[in-house]
Amino acid sequence: MESKEKLRAPISQKPHVVEKPKDPSYIGGTISIEINEKKLSVPLGTTILEACKEYGIHVPTLCYHEDLCMAGVCRVCVVEVEGMRTLQASCAFPITAPIKIKTSTPMVRKARRHIIDLMLSEHSGECYSCIRNSNCELQKLAKEYGVDHYTFGHVDKPRYEVDNSSYSVIRDMSKCVLCKRCVRTCIDLQEVGVLESLDRGRETHIGTFLDKPLSDVICINCGQCINRCPTAALRANDPSDEIWNAIDDPNKHVVIQTAPSPRAAIGEEFGLPAGTSMTRQMNTALKRIGFDRVFDTNTTADLTIIEEGTELVIRLYKALVKKEQVSLPQFTSCSPGWVKYLEHYYPEYIDNLSSAKSPQQMFGALIKTFYAEKTGIDPANIVSVAVMPCSAKKFECNRPEMNDSGYKDVDYGLTTRELAQMIKEAGIHLPEMPKGDFDSPFGEASGAGLIFGATGGVMEAAIRSIVEFVTGKKAEDVFEKANIIPLRGFDGIKYMEIPIGNEVGTVPDILKHLVPDWNWLKGATLKVAVAHGTANAKKIMDDIKAGGKFSECHFIEFMACPGGCLGGGGQPIPTTPEIRKKRAQAIYAEDESLVVRKSHENPYVIRLYEEFLKEGPCGHKSHKLLHTHYIKRGRYIA
Amino acid sequence: MLVLEKNEMTKEIEQLVNKYGFSRSSLLPILQDIQRKHKAVPDFAQQEVARLLDIHPVEVYSVVSFYSFFNTKQKGKNLVRLCQTITCDLAGKKSVARALEREIGIKFGETTKDNKITLEYVNCLGMCDQGPALLVNERVYSKVTPEKAVQILSEIK
Repeated sequence: MESKEKLRAPISQKPHVVEKPKDPSYIGGTISIEINEKKLSVPLGTTILEACKEYGIHVPTLCYHEDLCMAGVCRVCVVEVEGMRTLQASCAFPITAPIKIKTSTPMVRKARRHIIDLMLSEHSGECYSCIRNSNCELQKLAKEYGVDHYTFGHVDKPRYEVDNSSYSVIRDMSKCVLCKRCVRTCIDLQEVGVLESLDRGRETHIGTFLDKPLSDVICINCGQCINRCPTAALRANDPSDEIWNAIDDPNKHVVIQTAPSPRAAIGEEFGLPAGTSMTRQMNTALKRIGFDRVFDTNTTADLTIIEEGTELVIRLYKALVKKEQVSLPQFTSCSPGWVKYLEHYYPEYIDNLSSAKSPQQMFGALIKTFYAEKTGIDPANIVSVAVMPCSAKKFECNRPEMNDSGYKDVDYGLTTRELAQMIKEAGIHLPEMPKGDFDSPFGEASGAGLIFGATGGVMEAAIRSIVEFVTGKKAEDVFEKANIIPLRGFDGIKYMEIPIGNEVGTVPDILKHLVPDWNWLKGATLKVAVAHGTANAKKIMDDIKAGGKFSECHFIEFMACPGGCLGGGGQPIPTTPEIRKKRAQAIYAEDESLVVRKSHENPYVIRLYEEFLKEGPCGHKSHKLLHTHYIKRGRYIA
Repeated sequence: MLVLEKNEMTKEIEQLVNKYGFSRSSLLPILQDIQRKHKAVPDFAQQEVARLLDIHPVEVYSVVSFYSFFNTKQKGKNLVRLCQTITCDLAGKKSVARALEREIGIKFGETTKDNKITLEYVNCLGMCDQGPALLVNERVYSKVTPEKAVQILSEIK
């Protein structure tokens, strides 16, 4: 993640940001303060909240979030600063002079209690019928401050209607406490700009442009707001009831595919530390819940690499050899949030999007064709579920063009959180499960498919294959252990150049019908870039529009969520920079432990091309089943 | 909105943006000019302002919904606004309000059928020492009595 100061936050939302000195040992670089009569020294510009945290004093927060710029609107974190008339919000108070702070005086405790009581008085609903029960920050605060009755009363009727127009995100504004985390997420972190506070005074509420339902505005369904919301005012559209019905129906054959990111995060829902990989345990748990088959989405991630890589080769061949007009750079299309962002904000670049579907949708199409044929099950009776770290996948599987198998390719998108809930409901404690395997005919996938979960992963997987295809060398000989380090990590935008050199290999059989040889790539340099979070995507797009450095790229990976899929809107709450890092470590460690780490070496993908997609990548059949088209939506709302 | 009207609106907003500058702080003067000319800030205008200032439409709408002198739906040609805050209330706002309603024939918050007059309440106009205060379009009338209110109305009718 980039530093918070670089976000396009309105100046009013970052009061008194003081730049911290690069070297605090300079004169005036550190400041002596007193917290609860304990003497400390902190670097200039440290907020009171940070200072307290550093020295082990807990200050309650609500509107504060590590990913977001400061707001100081909820006032729960107030402390007493000696010599100041009023209490100060510790999250928005940078220390610039020696001060004496008291964090637990009668005045502070009373103020905090009143603030919590006031929020509860407007917060509609009861905890036991709430999706965030036991994972709610307001509930936690109420417990911390021993709230045992409503001092200022409690609303008995919801103030607003629930907005469930969207396939992905449900808004229940009666539960909103106006912390504006979703606003800062949507406007500053993601730069999508769906949510803002509307009206004034006691009428203030968080709403969309012209207060329209969420399905009618430019929402990309990334769900980052859900992940930041302290209460259940924002939640995902949960299909688990329908899935239970399908499982309980003996006529239905229910299959599930699991994406790489949920397995690295679902342990958090069961009390395990972040970064505990649960792949094999999850397979067993899913079987015990009642899913008939468990497949690995990484298989079609491998397939995506082959299809998308072939598409890139075709585009480059057309541009360099046939001198035809083609749209370059090619953009990845795995992230449905990013796809919708582009459709709205940069519709003129729609031809740059790879026409390859996302791994989820490829799998959906294959399950109801290839798998149905092979097993002799009527595709009408197959219910296809996808566990994703993502709320936008719910929207994606409902896109009307995703019916290429003749049926709805993927019936339900399920988030990591909702799956954890289903596992709990079935009476299963995930960490205790024995290890299980993925089912045939798709079997195990490669490590390249697995790293799709982290930002830069798609690009790394693609380069591992492209380098082997073109140069004929092993990826391990080009990059140490086939790990492409410049594409890893959480920098907002990553850029890399890969010189092909003057030695080229022979064209693999799978591509023979498309290009005769690789001589046209001799001495060329492949330029790629990676962006995560739509705010960073916007920077690259604006650069391309202006004809800058990124317009010369050949292939760019975009992910809508900060950190890539592992920081998706369907992942366990909370998601912080620290947690994202640990999830990424889990994914990369698992990749390194696998034998097959390149998409084109996945035996199941090779078999798929031999048995089913006989015309090879980007052939007629794969075009019908594995590729799609996009809609120019534009930025105007009627 | 027709395409021609939209193009006209875009041109107009481009001029306003050039006049006031591309910064976020130009938002209010731009919106005020649009409001003055069109008696409303239409949906399309909000989205165009957002596009040209590189902010989001919802941020513009947030500002429009915050200030009561901005409205998104067209109101009557003349705006008659009566101060509803406490000092004007004590100074006899109620009788003025009744006179206005009777004279125009509509209730507060409504617009006449011929689209000529919209009647509404506003918050403090800053004329607390001279209440009740009445704002007709951009002109403030102080110490309004029911008789005076009827006379003021006859001027705009």
